[in-house]
Amino acid sequence: MSSDPYGDRGNKDASIANPRGGSTSHPVKKGGHASAAPGGPFLIGEGMTGGYGSGPDILHDCTIAVEKGEIAVIVGPNGAGKSTAMKAVFGMLDLRAGHVRLDGEDITALSPQDRVRKGMGFVPQTNNIFASMTVEENLEMGAFIRTDDFRGTMEQIYDLFPILRDKRYQAAGELSGGQRQQVAVGRALMTQPKVLMLDEPTAGVSPIVMDELFDRIIEVARTGIPILMVEQNARQALEIADKGYVLVQGANAYTGTGKDLLADDEVRKSFLGG
Amino acid sequence: MDFLNAFVSLSNYVLIPGVAYGSQLALGALGVTLVYGILRFSNFAHGDTMAFGAMVTVLVTWWLQSLGVSLGPLPTALLALPVGILGTIVLLLVTDRAVYQFYREKKAKPVILVIVSMGVMFIMNGIVRFVIGPDDQRFLDGERFVVSARTFKEMTGLDEGLAIKSTQVITVITAVVVVALLFWFLNRTRAGKSMRAYSDNEDLALLSGVNPERVVMLTWIIVAALATTAGVLYGLDKSFKPFTYFQLLLPIFASAIVGGLGSPLGAIAGGFVIAFSEVTITYAWKKVLGYMMPESLAPDGLVQLLSTDYKFAVSFVILLIVLLFKPTGLFKGQSV
Repeated sequence: MSSDPYGDRGNKDASIANPRGGSTSHPVKKGGHASAAPGGPFLIGEGMTGGYGSGPDILHDCTIAVEKGEIAVIVGPNGAGKSTAMKAVFGMLDLRAGHVRLDGEDITALSPQDRVRKGMGFVPQTNNIFASMTVEENLEMGAFIRTDDFRGTMEQIYDLFPILRDKRYQAAGELSGGQRQQVAVGRALMTQPKVLMLDEPTAGVSPIVMDELFDRIIEVARTGIPILMVEQNARQALEIADKGYVLVQGANAYTGTGKDLLADDEVRKSFLGG
Repeated sequence: MDFLNAFVSLSNYVLIPGVAYGSQLALGALGVTLVYGILRFSNFAHGDTMAFGAMVTVLVTWWLQSLGVSLGPLPTALLALPVGILGTIVLLLVTDRAVYQFYREKKAKPVILVIVSMGVMFIMNGIVRFVIGPDDQRFLDGERFVVSARTFKEMTGLDEGLAIKSTQVITVITAVVVVALLFWFLNRTRAGKSMRAYSDNEDLALLSGVNPERVVMLTWIIVAALATTAGVLYGLDKSFKPFTYFQLLLPIFASAIVGGLGSPLGAIAGGFVIAFSEVTITYAWKKVLGYMMPESLAPDGLVQLLSTDYKFAVSFVILLIVLLFKPTGLFKGQSV
């Protein structure tokens, strides 16, 4: 790092430099236009190859798709590039090959912000809420790009996650892990997205809370929003999945319906513990 | 023993000046804390930003005075203040375009921006001295006292007088209005909430569609308004001298850190803590103690803990104590 003239060389003095909440994302090129590309699945990242910045390729010809009304799940061992594949679909890394298409449009060149405007809702794995703001303010910030009246959407989210209605004036950072995830999903739903992408929504929550979160996710899917999800808990995730992708070293290893993958001997042995 | 005279004397020399000075520090510390919370670095150019804003206001005040414009009993500077704020907004936005934006695009770490702000500080310092000179400037006009010591004595028949300067009243009223406006803006408006969101979690704010350049611009505009107001109020209450604003940097940073960097409420509390410590420690208590104690015990000396020349030592010591024992400050700011 010593060669970086703009780095902090290990400075830890928080009384002059604020370490919190800063941008961690790699600079992503701006602009670009969407072009019409009719046909194909509702959302598809097709033949994606690429990595972060000028680093080595993490994804190799990886394809992930989700149809309307479906839940698609990406599973795989640690370091397989599951989250990276999700971020590639969302435009957070530079693709050297492949395309991302949403609802009949090629959005490969769009920045993540523009993809939100096109109707993608994304819930990152960590730091996915505004901890110092109240639950209601979190939801309001989710609706930041909307200029119409979003109170109806907020009511729907409170109906979906009743606990959030009770805690609406509490700082989101004071909630439990499961409740925080609900705030995070609720925030992403405030834009009324056409597709919802969840990066390990059950990371770090207890098994009971995990079951509850899966129930809520199924409920969201029943409202007609397709869901693309990365999951560590492969077995439970595949049980609720319409479509499953097993990634190994950044490439598709197995693809099928959730039931097929659960029944597949190879997949069971390698990834589900027999 | 004479509690009434003791209290009047205490108010005259400690409480009222302390409240006025505390309000000025609070306004200054609010600007520092906003930059720290939203732009994520300690802005060492803040004192000189205040000096620049005050300088523009002083120049416009002189021009208005030469035209014969006056606000009657109120200082003409209040009329010039909006122009001063506008001038400072222009200065800060130009500085941001010319300097800070470059480092933001490079994703420079905050500590780099701290050093950059020191460079900006020297430039601003130079501009102010170049334009108005390093000397003391007077620009106060209008009524000097709301209550003068003599009328107070005549009214109450007490031995001690109580003087309330009009600048002190103006300082406190302006500070209350400005702080109320700021909190309303940050907590109630869409733009204010987007600033808090950006401060809390920049990545997620971007994903929510917040435009970072707009947030940065809004922050500089608010900081310019706060700094100019604080600078003009301080100049009216004491006098305008570029170097004193540079020195004010220490008590202002102490206020922001004592209250908890990044916490607007903390900045206000910190301002008053620092102001009152400074005033009480450098005040000669002889008179008050003389009234409070039996005659035989009345002190011979001045009972002044520190000479006023050393007043900056007070903020420095408080700063050290807070950083050693409660580094997050009174209001749990963001510094660790």
